[in-house]
Amino acid sequence: MLTVTVVTILVVMVAGLGRAFSAHNVFDRVLAANLFGTKTVLLIAAISYLFGSADFLDIALVYALINYISVIGVLRVTEWQLAGRREGRQ
Amino acid sequence: MSTALHLISDAFLLAGSFLLLTGALGFLRFPDVFSRIHACGVTETLATSLILLALIMKSESAMPQVKLLMILLFLMFSSPTAGHALAKAAWNAGVRPRDNRNERGIPVPPDNL
Repeated sequence: MLTVTVVTILVVMVAGLGRAFSAHNVFDRVLAANLFGTKTVLLIAAISYLFGSADFLDIALVYALINYISVIGVLRVTEWQLAGRREGRQ
Repeated sequence: MSTALHLISDAFLLAGSFLLLTGALGFLRFPDVFSRIHACGVTETLATSLILLALIMKSESAMPQVKLLMILLFLMFSSPTAGHALAKAAWNAGVRPRDNRNERGIPVPPDNL
């Protein structure tokens, strides 16, 4: 059953990556990156149990933190760009 | 590990995989940004918690369980926050949801909010 879960997570990651490459706006790309990062955490945890050792869970924890910080950072950049455009209009 | 716990863990893994697939399908097929955020966010929390709970049931010592609980706690905090920040940034950038006639009929708030 762990194999089924790992294969499903890989399929979902490929779908999210394809969507990120074919998206029309920045929010779809950020959403796809967020999906990809969360699925990376799940994939590392599941692969750690599939290989029979729980040594990779620290890496999964670090990936969860990195994912959150990267999403917030990209959205801050988007809001800065928006604020710059508003100042340019006024 | 007892057989009942093994069965419950496998059922959780299967339900989590199904939810991941439905979330990816909604992300690929839904028509605008906000509904895609909805599809991702709703399935993400439940599928993540199901899969991590199944892994907690599969582990036998205490330290991996504590680490998995920390991952679960952090994802439960961060995933809805990221979804909210994403929807707010999209709204502030002028993206509007569609109504059921597929028109963007929702009025735009004034610029000086």
